[in-house]
Amino acid sequence: MSPVVEPIIAPENLPPRVNYLNAGYGIRSWLLTKDHKRIALLYLASITFFFFIGGAAAVLFRLELLTPQSDLLQAETYNKLFTIHGLIMVFFFLIPSIPAVLGNFLVPMMIGARDLAFPRINLLSWYIFIIGGMFTLTAIILGGVDTGWTFYTPYSTTYANTYVIITAAGVFITGFSSILTGLNFIVTIHKMRAPGMTWMRLPLFIWAQYATSLINLLGTPVLAISIFLIAIERAFRLGIFDPALGGDPVLFQHLFWFYSHPAVYIMILPAMGVISEVITCFSRKRIFGYSFIAVSSLAIAVLGFFVWGHHMFVSSQSIYAGLIFSFLSMFVAIPSAVKVFNWTATLYKGSIIYQTPLLYALGFIGLFTIGGLTGIFVATLAIDVHVHDTYFIIAHFHYIMVGGALMGYLGGLHFWWPKITGRLYPEGWARLSALIIFVGFNLTFFPQFILGYLGMPRRYAAYPDEFQVLNVMSSAGASILGIGYLIPMIYFIWSMRYGPLAGPNPWNAKGLEWTTPSPPTTENFEHKPHITEEAYAYEVKEEKVVG
Amino acid sequence: MLERLRIFPDQASTIAGEVDTLYLFLIGMSTFFVALIFGLVIYFAAKYRRRSVNEVPPPVRTDLRLEIAWTVIPLVLVLISFAWGAQLFVTMGQAPAGAMEIHAVGRQWMWKFQHPSGGREINQLHVPVGIPIKILLASEDVIHSFFVPAFRVKMDVVPGKYTSAWFEATMEGEFHLFCAEYCGTQHSGMIGRVVVMKPVDYQRWLSDQASGEPLAVGGERLFQQRGCATCHRTSDGPTGPALHGLFGRRVQLQSGDSVVADESYIRESVLNPNAKITEGYQPIMPTFQGQLSEEGLHQMIAYIKSLSGPAEGRKAP
Repeated sequence: MSPVVEPIIAPENLPPRVNYLNAGYGIRSWLLTKDHKRIALLYLASITFFFFIGGAAAVLFRLELLTPQSDLLQAETYNKLFTIHGLIMVFFFLIPSIPAVLGNFLVPMMIGARDLAFPRINLLSWYIFIIGGMFTLTAIILGGVDTGWTFYTPYSTTYANTYVIITAAGVFITGFSSILTGLNFIVTIHKMRAPGMTWMRLPLFIWAQYATSLINLLGTPVLAISIFLIAIERAFRLGIFDPALGGDPVLFQHLFWFYSHPAVYIMILPAMGVISEVITCFSRKRIFGYSFIAVSSLAIAVLGFFVWGHHMFVSSQSIYAGLIFSFLSMFVAIPSAVKVFNWTATLYKGSIIYQTPLLYALGFIGLFTIGGLTGIFVATLAIDVHVHDTYFIIAHFHYIMVGGALMGYLGGLHFWWPKITGRLYPEGWARLSALIIFVGFNLTFFPQFILGYLGMPRRYAAYPDEFQVLNVMSSAGASILGIGYLIPMIYFIWSMRYGPLAGPNPWNAKGLEWTTPSPPTTENFEHKPHITEEAYAYEVKEEKVVG
Repeated sequence: MLERLRIFPDQASTIAGEVDTLYLFLIGMSTFFVALIFGLVIYFAAKYRRRSVNEVPPPVRTDLRLEIAWTVIPLVLVLISFAWGAQLFVTMGQAPAGAMEIHAVGRQWMWKFQHPSGGREINQLHVPVGIPIKILLASEDVIHSFFVPAFRVKMDVVPGKYTSAWFEATMEGEFHLFCAEYCGTQHSGMIGRVVVMKPVDYQRWLSDQASGEPLAVGGERLFQQRGCATCHRTSDGPTGPALHGLFGRRVQLQSGDSVVADESYIRESVLNPNAKITEGYQPIMPTFQGQLSEEGLHQMIAYIKSLSGPAEGRKAP
C-alpha cells in the first residue's frame, strides 16, 4: 500500500527561500516573535513537554495498579501521581492542544489573514501559559499536590498537607492564556476573513475553534474565581467552602463543574473540527450536512453550560436538580450524534485513501461513538448512582478525551505536519503507530468500563483481589499505548531534517492554507486571497495538479 | 478464573436487578449504534477506496430527511433513558416509611455505625436481610461517599449536613463497602464490609454487642447535661418551643417560611440556632458548634425523634 501521492522534487515544491522558519535566527527571534505560526510551534514544544510529564505519572500508577496491594508506591505518592496526571493533561495539554497549536497555526491561514487580530496578545498568551506551568511544576518539584485535579473542598482547603496554593496559582494563571487565545480567535474570525470568505464558507475547523473560544471566554473566568476562592479559604481561613468555617462544600462543586464540564467541550470540539477537514480531504468529498455540523458545534457550546449538575447526582444536590440536569444532559448527546452520522455519510461514495490522518479520523469516530454512548449511561440517573466515581467514569471520559481529543490532535498534527515543516513523515511508521495507539487505547480503557460496573472506585491505590485481572489488562494496554505515542515523537523529529519535501499541497487538499508554500512565508499569502467557492469543493472538476 | 472475570457485581438488593435491567437496555442500544457506525465506516472505507489517482467521486447532496431522522431517533431513545433512569432514581431517593435507621459517621479513614439499639461497629455493617434500612450519613471532616456496589447504592457523606441512603438486602452474605469520594491519603483504605444476616441472626448479633445503650438514651443524657431542658420543656415555654411531637412536623418560621423538622433541620438548629428562628421566639439560643461530636448529634437527634413517639418507626424489628 504505497502512498498514492508521491513527493515530487519539482521547483514549485521547494520551500520558499525565506519562510517563517528561517525568517529569523537565534533564540530572540523565537521568544519575541509575533508570528502566529512560530507561536504555534512554541506551544507545540511546551505541550509536548507537559504531555510526557503527565504520561510519566500515568506509567507509574499503572505499574502500581498491577497488584492489588499498594506496594510499588505509597498511597500518598499514588495520590500525588494521579493528581499530577489529571492537572497536567487537562490544563497543560488537552485544553491548549488543538487550539493553541493547530488553531494558532491555521486560523489565520484558513480565513486568508496575515496573522491573528492581536499578535502581541497571542505571544502574551504563551508567556502566561508558561508562567502558569512553572507554578505547577514548582509545586510538583517541592513535593506535589494530592487533591485530585478536581480540588474538592474541604479536603483541598483544610485537610490536604500538600502544595495546594502554588498549584492553584498555576491553574489560575494558565486560565488567562485560554481566555486571551479565545478572545483573539473570536475577533480574528469576525474581523479578518478574506473577501468572499462568508460564514457559511468557513472550514468547519474554524467553526469548531469559534465555538471553543466562546466557551473559553465565558467559562474560564468561573474556574479562575473558584480556584481563587480555594486559595483564599486555605490561606486566610475565610469560610467559603468548609462547613467548619461556615462554608458550603457543595458550592465548590457547582462552581468547579460550571467550568469543568464545558471544558470537556473545549477539548473535544476542536478535535471534531480536525475530523471534518481530514475526512473530506481523504475521501475527496464535500462534507455531508455542512450547516448541521457547524450549528451542532455552537449547540454543544451553549448546551454544555447547562449540564454541570450531572457530575453531582449523589453529591446531596436536590433530587429535582438531579432530574433537570439529567434531562438537559440528554440533549447534549444529540449534536454529537448528528456529527458522527454526518461524518459517516461523508464517506459514502467517496474516493477514500487510507493515509495516516484518515486512520486517526476513523479511529476518532469509533472511539468517540463509544465515549458518547457511555455518556448516556452516566447521564441516566439510576445508572450514575452506581457508576459515579468508579472506573466506569474514568473509562468514559478517557474515550472522549484520549480516544476523541487526543486522536483528533494527532490526526491533525499528521495532516498539517507537511504544511508546518515543509516535510513529510514516514507513512509506514505513521500508519503502524496509529494502529498501535488504537489497539493499546482500547485494551487500556475498555476493561475499565467493566471494572467500574463491578464497583471499583477511582483514585484507589489498593483494591480488592478480584479486580486484578482487569487491572493487569489495563496496564498492559497502557504500555502498548505508551509505545504508540513514542513512535510519532521520534519520526516527527526525524522528518524535520530528513523527511522528503512535501510541496505546497501533498494531499491535494482544499482550503486556503494549502494554496501557500510549505512552509509558508511569514506573511502567509503573497496576495490577499479572494474566495469564490464553499469549503470542501472536492467534487468539482479541477485542472490537474502538476505531476 | 471465571469467577475472577465476571462482569456484573452481585445483585444483593431490591433495586440492583432494576438498575441492571436499565443497564442492559443501554448496552443493547449502544451495541446497535456501535455496530451501525463501525459497520458503515468499515464498509464505506472498503467499498469506496480510491482506485485511481485522479478519481473524482460523484457529488452527494445533504439529505434533509436523513438529518431529521438521525436527530429525532436518538432524541427519542435518550429521552426514554432519561425517564427510565429518573423514575428509578426517585425510588432510590425515598426510603420506604418505617425503614430501620442506622446512623453512620465517616471520617478519615473509617466508617462508624450505630444501630438503633445502641450497638456500634467500625468498618463493618451488620444488617438483616429483607428489611428496608436507611443509613443516615454524617462526616466529621471531608466529603466521603457511602458505596455498596452489590446494592447499587451510593451517596456522598458531606460535612455540615446529613445525607441518607437506603437499601433492602435480598441476599445473605458479605459485600464490599467502599468510600467512593476521594478523601485523602488512605482513601483506598476506607473500606469495609456489609454483612447481611437473617433477622434472627441479626438480633442475636445485636444482643452480643457489649455497648447496649440505645441512641435515644444517650441523647437524653446529653439533653440534660447540656441544659437543653431548661428552655425546651414538655410544652411550649416562653424561651423555647417544646420538642415533643416536633420531628417530621412543619414548623412556621419567623421569616414567614416554613420548614419540615427533619434531621438536617435539627442539626442546624443545634449548631447554628439563629439560622431558622421558630415563629414567636427570640434568637437567644447559644450555639453548640464544636461542643457535640457527630455521634453525639446523632444521639441527640435520635432522642428528639423518640419524643415524637414510636410512629416514626425507628425501632429495630
